[in-house]
Amino acid sequence: MTRLKDWAVAGLALLVGKLAASSRTEETEERIVPAGAPDRRAETWVLALLALATLGAAGFIVVYALEDVPHKTQLLGATLGLSLAFLAAGCILVGARLVVTEQLEEPYPEPTANESDQDAVAEIVRESGSRITRRRLLTLGGVAAGGTLGLALITPALSLGPLLDTEALTDTPWRPGRRLVDEANRQLRADEIEENTFYTAFPEGASEETLGAPLIVVRLSPDQLDLPKGRDGWAPEGILAYSKICTHAGCAISLYRKPTFPEVQPGPAFVCPCHYSTFDPATGGTVLFGPAGRPLPQLPLEIESGVLRAAGNFSGPVGPSWWGVRMKKAGTS
Amino acid sequence: MRRALAAAALALALPAAAGAEPPPGGIVVPRTPPNTPLLQLGYQLYAGNCSSCHGTGGVGVVPPSKPNGAGDIRAAGPPLYGVGARAADFYLRTGYMPLAAPDSQPRRSRVLFSPRQLDALIAYVASLGKGPPVPRPHPGRGSVAQGLTLFTEHCAGCHQVATRGGYLTGAVAPALDEATPTQIAEAVRIGPYLMPRFPRRAISNAQLDSIVAYVEYAKHPDNPGGWSLGRLGPIPEGLVAWLLAGTVLVGCCLVIGKRAHR
Repeated sequence: MTRLKDWAVAGLALLVGKLAASSRTEETEERIVPAGAPDRRAETWVLALLALATLGAAGFIVVYALEDVPHKTQLLGATLGLSLAFLAAGCILVGARLVVTEQLEEPYPEPTANESDQDAVAEIVRESGSRITRRRLLTLGGVAAGGTLGLALITPALSLGPLLDTEALTDTPWRPGRRLVDEANRQLRADEIEENTFYTAFPEGASEETLGAPLIVVRLSPDQLDLPKGRDGWAPEGILAYSKICTHAGCAISLYRKPTFPEVQPGPAFVCPCHYSTFDPATGGTVLFGPAGRPLPQLPLEIESGVLRAAGNFSGPVGPSWWGVRMKKAGTS
Repeated sequence: MRRALAAAALALALPAAAGAEPPPGGIVVPRTPPNTPLLQLGYQLYAGNCSSCHGTGGVGVVPPSKPNGAGDIRAAGPPLYGVGARAADFYLRTGYMPLAAPDSQPRRSRVLFSPRQLDALIAYVASLGKGPPVPRPHPGRGSVAQGLTLFTEHCAGCHQVATRGGYLTGAVAPALDEATPTQIAEAVRIGPYLMPRFPRRAISNAQLDSIVAYVEYAKHPDNPGGWSLGRLGPIPEGLVAWLLAGTVLVGCCLVIGKRAHR
C-alpha cells in the first residue's frame, strides 16, 4: 500500500515538474499567435467550476457509499450529472475566454507533411495559452476534477461482488431434516406429488428470499432415473428436487416440459425461460441444451411419515456460475 | 339445424356412387346410414381415422411398429383408456388430431369432422374407459386480477403473460387467442403434448375460472392507444425506439455535417 502511494506521489511530482519546465520556454521565440491579455476573472470562474465538478463527483462517491439515503438513485444521477455539467461549463469557459482565438476563413490547402508546419501548429497550441497566468493552479484544478470524476465512474465496480469472501454464495438454508413447504407454507406430502406436473417448494422455517431456498420438485417413475454415482436414495419413490435457480444467469426455472407419449416425444426436462437452458431431471440435472455450463444442483430427499424433507445439502453450489464455482461445494455450515 | 343439414347432406351423398361427392381431404368418412347410433358412428370414424396410431379399441401402439398408417407411416400413439371425453373433446375440437405424423407436435388446425362426427368420436373415446367429462369453466365467477397472478405463476413461463405463446426447447407453446374457455380448462387439466398438467391441488377449479377469465380478457385487453407492437413488452418497444431515434440522429448528423455552399 505504501509502495503504491510512493509511486503515485513520484508520478505527480514528475508531471507537475514537466509542466512547469515547459511553461518557461515561451518568451524567447518569435510568436505566431499574438499575446492575449490576461483574464484573471475568467480564470477564477474556471477554477470555481472545476471545484464544483470535483465536489459533484466526490458527492457521487459519498452517496454511493452511504446506506439508506433517500432518493438515492436521483441523488446519484444529480451528482454525476452536475459534475459533468460543471466540467463541461469549465471547458467551454476556457475555450471561449482563456484561449486566444481568431476567426479565419480559407479553402482547404493541399495536404502537406511539412515539418515546419507541424512545429507551427505546436507553437500555436502553446502560445494560445498565453492569457493564462495561474497555469499550474488551473492544471491542478483540471487534474482534480478529471481524477475525481474518473474515480466516481469506477466506484460502482466495488459492488460487483465479494472479492475473497465467497461463502455467502455457497450458503443455502437446506439442512438434513428440513421439511419442504409450498408457496402457502403447507408441508409437501409425498403422496400428493404427481407425475407429469411440477411443484415449487421452499425450506420450512427459513427465508424464501435467499438464492438457495427455492426448489423445483417433480416425480418420475423410478425406472426412468439414471442419477450419477453416489446419489442412491436421493429420489425416494422417484421424487426429485432441484434448485429452481438456473446455473447460467440465475433466472427461476419456470418451465417443465413432459411428454404425453414418451415413445416419440422429447423426454421430461426443466427449461429456463431466459436463455432456454434445458436440464434433464432423470440424470441428475445434466445440461441438455443451452448456455448453462454445469448441472442443476440436486437436493437429496427423504420421506419422514409421509412428508418430504431434505436429507442433506445440494450436490453443488446454487445459482449462476462464477470463477472457480466447480471447485466449491454447497455450504453445510 | 347445422347438424341436421350435415346429416342430410351425408344421407344424400351416401347412396350415390363413389366419386359423386369426394369426401373431405385428410379424414376417412365411413359409409353409414343416417340413423346410425352415435357410438356406432364414433366407432367407425375411430377405426378409419384414429386406430392406426391409437390401436384397435384404444389400446395404443408402442413403437417400433410395422408401417400401418396411411402412406406407410410408422404409427405410434398412447392408449386412450380412461382419457375420457375431456381429452377427446380438446384434441378433436382444436384440430390437434388427427395428426399427420405421430412424432410431430399437434397444432391448431382446421377441424375436418362435422359437429355430429365430433360428438360421435368423443362419445366413442369416452366409452373406452371411465374418464373425466368435459369441464365447464365459469369465467364469469373468476377474477381477472387473480387470474393474471395465477397465469404469471403457472403459465406465463411458456405462453407469455400476454398469452401470445412462446418457445421452449423441442416445442412451441401456442398462442391462446383462439382457445375457448372450455379448451383452456381442458388443457390445464390434460397437459397436451409437452405441457405439464395441473391437478386440482395446484390449480383449484375456482382458480381455473380466474385463469380462464384472464385469458379471455387478454384476447382483447384494454387498449390505451398507440402502437401495440404485439404487446410483447419492452424489447420490441426499445428496438423500435432505437431504430427511430437512430434514424433521426443520423439525419441530424447529415444536416450538421453538410458543407456550406458558396
